[in-house]
Amino acid sequence: MTPDAAAWDALRLSLWVAVWATLLAIPLALWVAWLLARRDFWGKALLNAAVHLPLVLPPVVTGYLLLIAFGRTAPLGRALEAIGLQLAFHWSGAVLAAMIMGFPLMVRAMRLAIEAVDPKLEEAAASLGAPRSAVFARVTLPLILPGILAGTVMGFAKAMGEFGATITFVANIPGQTQTLPSAIWSALQIPGGENQAVVMVLMACAVAVSAVLLAEVLARRVAARISGA
Amino acid sequence: MSLSLSLSHRFADFALDITLDAGPGITALFGRSGAGKTTVINAVGGLLRPDAGKITVDGEVLVDTDRGIFVPPHKRRLGTVFQDARLFPHLSVTQNLVFGASYAARGSTGPDLSDVVALLGLEALLDRAPATLSGGQKQRVALGRALLSHPRMLLMDEPLASLDGPRKQEILPFLERLRDGPLGLPILYVSHAVDEIARLADTLVLIQNGRVQAQGPLFDVMSDPAAVPLLGVREAGAVIEADVLAHGSDGISTLRISAGDLELPGVQAQIGSRVRLRVLAQDVILSLTRPEGLSSVNVLPVEIEDIHPGDGPGAAIALRAGSDRLLSRVTARAVVELGLSRGMKCYAILKATTVAPGSIGR
Repeated sequence: MTPDAAAWDALRLSLWVAVWATLLAIPLALWVAWLLARRDFWGKALLNAAVHLPLVLPPVVTGYLLLIAFGRTAPLGRALEAIGLQLAFHWSGAVLAAMIMGFPLMVRAMRLAIEAVDPKLEEAAASLGAPRSAVFARVTLPLILPGILAGTVMGFAKAMGEFGATITFVANIPGQTQTLPSAIWSALQIPGGENQAVVMVLMACAVAVSAVLLAEVLARRVAARISGA
Repeated sequence: MSLSLSLSHRFADFALDITLDAGPGITALFGRSGAGKTTVINAVGGLLRPDAGKITVDGEVLVDTDRGIFVPPHKRRLGTVFQDARLFPHLSVTQNLVFGASYAARGSTGPDLSDVVALLGLEALLDRAPATLSGGQKQRVALGRALLSHPRMLLMDEPLASLDGPRKQEILPFLERLRDGPLGLPILYVSHAVDEIARLADTLVLIQNGRVQAQGPLFDVMSDPAAVPLLGVREAGAVIEADVLAHGSDGISTLRISAGDLELPGVQAQIGSRVRLRVLAQDVILSLTRPEGLSSVNVLPVEIEDIHPGDGPGAAIALRAGSDRLLSRVTARAVVELGLSRGMKCYAILKATTVAPGSIGR
């Protein structure tokens, strides 16, 4: 029972898509989390709802909405394609779908972490002459690292496992847009495909467990540094 | 160096309307909790945007609501020491200390790390994490951190309130050193502890219900009979300066004040040094004739300057003793029975006197 070439392709693509989706989402999620945690502005409730929408919508619906917005015939999709960025039926579209699906989880974890930082520490930093950007970089950011880490792992796991929105938006083209979950689903559709399905299920489990373990180790290290023990 | 401030601010259940000036030395804001002291210090530090008002430091306008000026906190160059030390938990003591140094104004003068470490006795703590420090140690680090940002003025918001007695005694000498030392940094000091203020302040501002009730040099305000209800009848009392003349072998020291010599136990200061004495109003008894056969030997000839009836059965009596002023608290009935009146000469018997352990050396 060894993985065939398609399984390796699917694993490689899934990792590639998940890493890109997570890296691209981190700064944006952090910014949105900070807005929701620390600022009051008109439309805050709306932003909060929009961020959480992918969590409550059926993933297929999210995928379909993406298709409507970024499809090859949609104005936005055409404009992006003109500058060389094709999303629909392309792995970069899988990155976008994975980003959007993982985004609420990342924002949630980071927002909780930011809310846990005592604003009095930030006031103290400002009283010492630190401008707002330095307060964030030198006080807030180090203190919320565990939350960022937790959010990143959740976003990565969600990206690895994303199926409904991905398959709707970018389809299931082996070697191009076939991620691990899509490949497992495909393998289960053909008679005698169970063996490869099991292999890929084990791959998915291995990736998920490694991600959680790695995050745990990092979180412990960061926590030890913060508490100064 | 001067701070001048006028501000009014309305909270849901409380209105503040304050005008005050602070010069060099330590200016103490005293008031009960809820009197508005912290609001004042937060407005100066930029943590609170007052409804209306103007704040200037050294002629630089920090806040002027009429002209829409509000300098953000990080540009004010005021160091703040909070009641809770607020050390950064993820940084070592050294990293905390130097946090603000990179933001100090270019060409600004002030202590460097080694000066601050020596001044505050931090040598053994430098590599420690804030979580492992005691309350007093944390407060010393917080003070050092503020000093190293080279502020024009220090704002201290109840810096000792969360510490127990011995920890307070650990910090007070450092604050005295700061006041008397070469740094000469002006300090705005918020407190509701009269003993701290009596020991530290040069200028005293009494705040009640969001308004300034009295302000002036510490010695004047502390000996003002009108201030007795503001300070609390048990805490009110004059602060005077004394020179330490001699220490007896029996533990009693002789101190000279303008009206005569006092014999007091437990004086730690060196001979020749100048100390502050706190004479509580309730510890000063009046006698029309020079008393004989008393256990207390501290009797001073005084002249009654003012009689200030209180709200209750008591009255505060202002006494001239040499060039100093003392306060005595007696019952209104005693005022009548002894026939006390302004200009009358009598004798003050000092039951107990607290000596500030540190020398004030000026």
